[in-house]
Amino acid sequence: MTDNTFEYAPAPESRAIVDIKPSYGLFINGEFVDGNGRAFKTINPATEEVLAEVAEADDADVDAAVRAARRAYTRVWSRMSGAERAKYLYRIARIIQERGRELAVLESIDNGKPIKESRDVDVPIVAAHFFYYAGWADKLQYSGYGSTPLGVAGQVIPWNFPLLMLAWKIAPALACGNTVVLKPAETTPLTALLFAEICQQADLPPGVVNIVTGAGETGRAIVSHPDVDKVAFTGSTEVGKAIARAVAGSDKKVTLELGGKAANIVFDDAPLDQAVEGIVNGIFFNQGHVCCAGSRLLVQESVAEEVMSRLKRRMATLRVGDPLDKNTDVGAINSAEQLSKIRELSEVGESEGAERWSAPCDLPSNGYWFAPTVFTGVSQAHRIAREEIFGPVLSVLTFRTPSEAVEKANNTPFGLSAGVWTDKGSRILSMANRLRAGVVWANTFNKFDPTSPFGGYKESGYGREGGRHGLEGYLKNTEKGANS
Amino acid sequence: MSRIDVRKTYKLYIGGQFPRSESGRSYVVNDAKGRLLANAAQASRKDARDAVLAARAAFGGWSGKTAYNRAQVVYRIAEVLEGRREQFEAELRASEGVSPAKARTYVDAAIDRLVWYAGWADKITQVVGNANPVAGPFFNLSSPEPSGVIAVVAPRGPLLGLVSVVAPLIITGNTVVVIASEDHPLTAITLGEVMATSDLPGGVVNVLTGSVAEIAPWLASHMDVNGIDLTGVTDADLAVELEVAAADNLKRVRRPAPGTDWLAEPDLDRMTRFLETKTVWHPIGV
Repeated sequence: MTDNTFEYAPAPESRAIVDIKPSYGLFINGEFVDGNGRAFKTINPATEEVLAEVAEADDADVDAAVRAARRAYTRVWSRMSGAERAKYLYRIARIIQERGRELAVLESIDNGKPIKESRDVDVPIVAAHFFYYAGWADKLQYSGYGSTPLGVAGQVIPWNFPLLMLAWKIAPALACGNTVVLKPAETTPLTALLFAEICQQADLPPGVVNIVTGAGETGRAIVSHPDVDKVAFTGSTEVGKAIARAVAGSDKKVTLELGGKAANIVFDDAPLDQAVEGIVNGIFFNQGHVCCAGSRLLVQESVAEEVMSRLKRRMATLRVGDPLDKNTDVGAINSAEQLSKIRELSEVGESEGAERWSAPCDLPSNGYWFAPTVFTGVSQAHRIAREEIFGPVLSVLTFRTPSEAVEKANNTPFGLSAGVWTDKGSRILSMANRLRAGVVWANTFNKFDPTSPFGGYKESGYGREGGRHGLEGYLKNTEKGANS
Repeated sequence: MSRIDVRKTYKLYIGGQFPRSESGRSYVVNDAKGRLLANAAQASRKDARDAVLAARAAFGGWSGKTAYNRAQVVYRIAEVLEGRREQFEAELRASEGVSPAKARTYVDAAIDRLVWYAGWADKITQVVGNANPVAGPFFNLSSPEPSGVIAVVAPRGPLLGLVSVVAPLIITGNTVVVIASEDHPLTAITLGEVMATSDLPGGVVNVLTGSVAEIAPWLASHMDVNGIDLTGVTDADLAVELEVAAADNLKRVRRPAPGTDWLAEPDLDRMTRFLETKTVWHPIGV
């Protein structure tokens, strides 16, 4: 027997299925056009290889996109029956399924996430999301939110789930009769541009979906454009606040899905092996680049040692490496910038006195990597217990009573998600009631579904995406002062 | 010789008590003809902060009560208001100069609105929450919860306007700091007396009187306030300033609503604007 008895042979997914062009323009009014601005490079974070050059939309490009969206809204999309809109969305859902492998490979290349995740989680939920909202398009009168669209939606999405966030934004917007201008994140534009091609294949009327690539300036131009009726943003709390300030006094309707610092609470009667799987899934899924990640483990004192030893044993089996390898559990950190943030906060964790342990694993020499890491001896005052790290770094705190767990869990400006692990049903329901978070996962974690509303309390933002509730942000409330 | 009447001192309503402004200030409130009605307390930043503390302290208990219980308390406010309707009609006639018939209409509507909202306490969850049929073996339920402490700038209608903005917030379990109409603050304090004797726990509704321009910015920027209702803000620049300040902790904002017809039946938005949706998942298995 050797040490590597349980090592897996490499099982890379083929890249041949994707065709990455050397450069990409903007998708405006149904066509790819050259932007006025400069171009920027998107790279593969697992290798640092440059994948393509992408246009950076300037104010004039954004204006052209908004005008195209307005034209499509006025002339076509708002006049079309819900039943017809639905058929376009169903078409899109079907094409996403047909081209699912291609989308998954491209997502893993551009983002760094493991192929088993993009293939088994992201892309299937993307297709399901379009399928779900397609069905709403001709049933809005039963939604409880009326059936009047807002107009043009400006949407800005992050790099952690590029295609999934696109689906969360575009599917409900279109189902409700709005047209969109969407900006993917600057480090992960490629699947959004492939989605633009899917819109062409679906014969979606020009201008209904416009994709403009770029960074913060492009996003600002969309958010502050006077002819945008709706702003939907997923990203950092800092940018979310800037958006809330920027739209003050306007008639724009806003939904914000921002940061989190979720508590994942493990009681002493929890099934510990399942809980450990949940902890691992909670913080190492998608390299911890998850706004609802279970980044604070609250473990009952009596089982803390047991949980930690099982957790470390499990972490040591995580396979970190090539995102395209079908056996990879943890992929690449999305960018050099994000890697340096994770490193910086981890160093702060050590200097503030918490004890750091990282899973022993060989990291590739090129690309951006961070080994799954856990901090013990963390106090509520530590920055690693308060700030969103957005990486594979878990902070562990302990508690004695349910009330102490609630107190610690809610002691954060965020309120996006929380987890509870216990075998006692009444305790689950009591904890679920007392945790101030928009999603509570009990004896599970990081579950997503098109029918299930997602969104936060407090500084994790406002509005919901997904489910019936997700329609509200894209329909007009006619009451006075109701922020449309 | 005729009897000299005993006048009322109008103070603030904070945490179930009626304190004077800690600033020691008051301002003159005139009737519709410009004659002195009374001096009202002119609340300060400190009073606003005290009110937020009281509202926060009351939040856990109030939001934790059963919906049935909150319904009964708000219904009780309507009962007590009905019993004191003549006083309110007289106050409305004096402060706004409205006819006796009009005053009666407003008081009727305010009482009826409380009754309407009282009935919502144990129904809003059923109307805006739902089960979600996720594609997997999971129980999944979305239900509304109150946002927390809500600051409100009340509209001019001293009774009906005030009731129309406060009732939808407390019926769902929020607690409130409300700045009464600056020109017509007295009725708000009298309504505080009604609330104080209606089994409404202290701190659930806190009433400040004074300058909106002075107090509202402190509430808008207060980091322990979860939402702000700008319904009564008439100065457009101030409204923008307040919405900008509210972004510091991402308060839920309701924008100003000039020209609202308070006699019309409301829809759900005054409740739902300050509700969060919580979604709970649990695996299904044996």
